[in-house]
Amino acid sequence: MTKLETAPFDPRFPNQNVTRYCYQSYVDFHRCQKKRGTNYEPCNYFKKVFNSMCPNAWVEKWNDQIDSGTFPGRI
Amino acid sequence: MSTWANLGLQDSSSPLMEQLIFFHDHALMILVMITVLVGYLMFTLFFNKYVNRYLLHGQTIEIIWTILPAIILLFIAFPSLRLLYLLDEINEPSVTLKAIGHQWYWSYEYSDFNNVEFDSYMIPTNELPVDGFRLLDVDNRVVLPMNSQIRILVTAADVIHSWTVPALGVKVDGTPGRLNQTNFLINRPGLFYGQCSEICGANHSFMPIVIESIPVNYFIKWISKNNS
Ligand SMILES: [Cu+2]
Repeated sequence: MTKLETAPFDPRFPNQNVTRYCYQSYVDFHRCQKKRGTNYEPCNYFKKVFNSMCPNAWVEKWNDQIDSGTFPGRI
Repeated sequence: MSTWANLGLQDSSSPLMEQLIFFHDHALMILVMITVLVGYLMFTLFFNKYVNRYLLHGQTIEIIWTILPAIILLFIAFPSLRLLYLLDEINEPSVTLKAIGHQWYWSYEYSDFNNVEFDSYMIPTNELPVDGFRLLDVDNRVVLPMNSQIRILVTAADVIHSWTVPALGVKVDGTPGRLNQTNFLINRPGLFYGQCSEICGANHSFMPIVIESIPVNYFIKWISKNNS
């Protein structure tokens, strides 16, 4: 059975504009994986958050950029 | 939804819309009282025969008619501010829905559990069933659980759109490259209609929004069934 659960309210992003909540969670996930390796379970929290917050098109675009080494963020 | 000859607000289906309606009625009450009072004063001043040749100023009445409107304005300003902050409040949401505006349709994504995404196009008039609503019904409705806090994230892929559902008191602009968040709770089951509210091109009038509000357990069934 599916549990109704989504990205919680984050006091860093209290405004109507939550573009950064999505972006920051995406970057945090990749930083976490870089530091802890891909099998580290707690990293998946960030993945859950950015999947809930980011439009799928954005995630696809960023994934392509990471694959081709053109992602502008610091990971 | 708005039906024939409906000039006022639609019936509310969320606690915030309830508050908005209360505020609208409250402000209109004050406006009517002022209009009646000023109308009465103007009427009696125009149609009497009294003349006061020495009237230049009246200190007392001027103080009264300056202070009194200021106090009346406070009675509108404070409830207005209260409501403004109430609308901005983000409660712990249980579902996140992403609405993306395109020229000219809305697409929706639910990515909390499994990934469900679909486009929602208006049904053209020649394909409309006899019981359909012209320019308002869509092929794929947004299904949402009732009595739960819902976070809606609005963005756009090309130009600015605006995601609006009057019965829920929601209107958020969808801007390319930006995510706008708002919150609402639907307090009854049913269908709620809205339309894009930012002039976005030739078919701006033909990208309606339909929400289907259903009990939570049915929503969970629906979301598990539509896993893409
Ligand atoms: Cu539009």
